[in-house]
Amino acid sequence: MSDARSLVALIPRLRRYARALVVERGAADDLVQDTLERAWSKLHLFRHGTNLRAWLFTVMHNVHVNRVRAARPTDMLEDDMPELAQQAAQGDALVVRDLERAIAALPTAQREVLLLVALEDLSYDETARVLGIPIGTVMSRLARAREKVRASMDGKTGSKLQVVK
Amino acid sequence: MSDETQTIGERDLQAWVDGRLSPERRAEVEAWLAAHPEEAERAAAYRSLSEQLRTHFDAVLEEPVPARLQETMAPRRRWRAAAAIAGWIAVGAALGGATVWQLQAQRGPVPVAQPEAPVIAHRAALAHVTYAPEVRHPVEVGADQEQHLVAWLSKRLGGDVRAPKLDAEGMALVGGRLLPRDPGPVAQFMYQCARGRRVTLYVRTEGPDQRETAFRFAREGNVRVFYWIDRKFGYALSSADLNREELLRLANVVYQQLNP
Repeated sequence: MSDARSLVALIPRLRRYARALVVERGAADDLVQDTLERAWSKLHLFRHGTNLRAWLFTVMHNVHVNRVRAARPTDMLEDDMPELAQQAAQGDALVVRDLERAIAALPTAQREVLLLVALEDLSYDETARVLGIPIGTVMSRLARAREKVRASMDGKTGSKLQVVK
Repeated sequence: MSDETQTIGERDLQAWVDGRLSPERRAEVEAWLAAHPEEAERAAAYRSLSEQLRTHFDAVLEEPVPARLQETMAPRRRWRAAAAIAGWIAVGAALGGATVWQLQAQRGPVPVAQPEAPVIAHRAALAHVTYAPEVRHPVEVGADQEQHLVAWLSKRLGGDVRAPKLDAEGMALVGGRLLPRDPGPVAQFMYQCARGRRVTLYVRTEGPDQRETAFRFAREGNVRVFYWIDRKFGYALSSADLNREELLRLANVVYQQLNP
């Protein structure tokens, strides 16, 4: 496959990650669009034989970080969250709202690690390279992200680590 | 707290959740989890979270890709040829790859010191990275129709184009293709050695006022390029697989064959 076709073939994967990263659909596709444009102009820097998908996540990470930096410190997530909670109906829908809300409530740095590992199935090494951080940082952010999401979905603030039977 | 607590750390637990442990280590972690129900519950919750994430967001994979993302291959603000590229994605790789290549070339930095020559190196390198990795369609016309290929490219470039013979260097002609350029098209010949290493020769017509030049070397990403101008043609020999010395030797052979 040519680079162009490989890129096109990976768009659905980029959209999935972007949706989990920024939640709102239009904003997620904006992120994908900026990522594709940047990737396309930097394609000559991509090393053949390495993982194109991981490279694209690297590009997306950089684009996202720059956008977050440039944007207001609090984006639409804060405004949307109460609304999402009110919309929550019952059963599965409620779980989904809780999940989205819990993911959205994570600091970006932790959310990225959790999504790259748990959703995109990147190795810890790849995740470290994509985000440009040491693998130890990947592991600690991953642990913190998971515990925060679990606590938030349980409706608890404390960690079960401290529970003694 | 037992000794085991020291040996099974948070990292092991996370790796267990993600299924990234060796079978031996996994067995150790699972034995430890069996003895620590609180931790086991926590680990199970983390696993369940991963499953929920995938279940929830996998739905995005099934959505049709918005047209604007496919059209992104032709960034709208900078270029006029957006429609051409959007059309390409539907039409196929051969034509479109070349179109995209041309647009991409315009985006790259153009060194000021040598206004003309580095452009050829840059574009040749981009054409190389576009087609050299192709397994099924590296060329438009294969070496089995070499006469036709050379006649066709000569006609389109408006000059006597020749495909040098590099078999003595262990490089066999794969074939060639025509690439768009303004003004006038460009020819690309591709060669490959027995080990699959590839080299492309990019040939374009030069204006009447172009002087001959010595070999010059450029590097674009991981692609090395030797380029030169000789009478009415400009040439660029590109490869991501050969080192500089190998490529220079080949460039000399090409030059000598084209100037008997």
